[in-house]
Amino acid sequence: MSAVAVRRPSRRKGTGLGLVAWLLGIVFFLPIAWMALTSFHSEQDAATNPPSFAASLTLDGYREFFGAGGGASPWPALINSAVASLVSTLFVLVLALPAAYALSIRRVRKWTDVLFFFLSTKMLPAVAGLLPLYLFAKNTGMLDNIWLLVVLYTSMNLPIAVWMMQSFLAEIPVAVIEAARVDGAQLPTVLTRVVAPIALPGIAATALICFIFSWNELLFARVLTGVVAETAPVFLTGFITSQGLFLAKVCAASLVISLPVLAAGFAAQDKLVQGLSLGAVK
Amino acid sequence: MTATTTAPVATPSVRTTRPPSARLRNWATRAPLLPALIFMIVVTQLPFVATLVISFFDWNSLYPDARHFAGLENYQEVLTDADLRHSVWTTVLLTVAVVLASLVLGLALALLLDRRFKGRGVVRTLLIAPFLVVPVAAALLWKHVLYNPEYGLFNGLLHYVGGPQPDWISNTPLLAVEASLVWQWTPFMMLILLAGLQSRDHEQIEAARVDGASDWQIFRHLTLPHLRRYLELGALLGSIYIVQNFDAVFTITSGGLGTANLPYTVYQSFYQAHENGLASAAGVLVVIGSIIIATFALRVVSSLFREEVSRA
Repeated sequence: MSAVAVRRPSRRKGTGLGLVAWLLGIVFFLPIAWMALTSFHSEQDAATNPPSFAASLTLDGYREFFGAGGGASPWPALINSAVASLVSTLFVLVLALPAAYALSIRRVRKWTDVLFFFLSTKMLPAVAGLLPLYLFAKNTGMLDNIWLLVVLYTSMNLPIAVWMMQSFLAEIPVAVIEAARVDGAQLPTVLTRVVAPIALPGIAATALICFIFSWNELLFARVLTGVVAETAPVFLTGFITSQGLFLAKVCAASLVISLPVLAAGFAAQDKLVQGLSLGAVK
Repeated sequence: MTATTTAPVATPSVRTTRPPSARLRNWATRAPLLPALIFMIVVTQLPFVATLVISFFDWNSLYPDARHFAGLENYQEVLTDADLRHSVWTTVLLTVAVVLASLVLGLALALLLDRRFKGRGVVRTLLIAPFLVVPVAAALLWKHVLYNPEYGLFNGLLHYVGGPQPDWISNTPLLAVEASLVWQWTPFMMLILLAGLQSRDHEQIEAARVDGASDWQIFRHLTLPHLRRYLELGALLGSIYIVQNFDAVFTITSGGLGTANLPYTVYQSFYQAHENGLASAAGVLVVIGSIIIATFALRVVSSLFREEVSRA
């Protein structure tokens, strides 16, 4: 990149600003670091003022979180979240891939209109349809059923997925596909040998974003689930009014439940940007 | 960018001129679209139509027999209700404050990260982390671990410098919610703006520098105009998400102390007060507000999108 040559004259100023960047990075990360440290403290050490930096470390917070103290086990909630997130992500891919294929490679008539319809549904606030969905679930016995969440999470993420994959598939040069067809390749061969290898990273990024949004979702889960289908964020709401006695446990719970998203997000930082801006920013 | 010089590959118009016998094939082309399209219409549009219908009824689910058509009464009540009007104001205040603050902070961070320095990757990872904490967990972190007046980190640090020990959430409830949201959303803005910065034309900047332009002049006349679309995109996507925010308000204040925004109020009016008609009317008003924002959002996205298509 030519940028290196451009910036060389201001290198000294660059290191000064680098320090500023480091400082801000640490400030932004501090709450998370503090949460992590507190999660390894005993409840007594966690609830002191001034804070105890050097208190001895223990796994009690985590033991408590996993139900050793007789509290509710988080496992059902974690499993519900995993099922809702993973299955809805799978559904999203199954529905979005053909749609994106039609919109990018085939370019059906009025394809931009269809694309913008998908995007517009994303701008319909969740509360706009929550009550009818609640009444529907109640009358059909679907309340507190994880599969209802799977359907709703699919609809929540499908528009984003169609947009993202449309933009990823559009990057495949039509000439390459046509050359393969001229060489006698049938559609399934073209899809598996030409389209899939190029589109795979984009599909993975789409899946990642859908997973994160489903895993984080609270409003639908809070209203439409109860005891059986409770998800991890709903489990966390149990700590809203808890007092200092459970500080280490709250921190342990927050970290454990955030872990899948943190891991996935760190692993794919660049793809995250592209996906979150609906493929508009490259 | 060299992409502008490449010849356009197959334009849509070429593909849409088909012989009349190809009507069947035309449907075959559209078929892959239909499952997703039908699914979206059923799951998102039907419930909204139902909300619209319910909004014209006086209907409290605790008194199901008293349900009757009420015309625009719910809307009248929603618009004249002091609490509800306050929640409209709260929503505006919350959204504008969070979007602006996170955008400005995000821009500063993106400009810093656009430079080369030791450990840039590490700093970037540290900065992205707040965005990757589950929203409820982030809200709990701020409520209990940072804001708590007795053992929270903020007052703990103030203790060392002998400062006051305020009760953050009671004293400045809305600001408390906003600060936590700014912390979560700044990385999002930074990521989008960083992508914008990295798509700049570096040759143009080099040329300007050779011509003797200062850092400020380059920022003001080259970088900022280039970033405009990315700033707009960040602001509008951020607005769409923050207007709908439920997690932070629900967790940090439970809508108390004047922090109830519209989504929380809608949730409360049917989940706790069981006022189905009122909740629906409020929900419809949220949608109207969102449509106004979304119109601008779609325009920005579509202009970015058209640019992308013409470059392809």
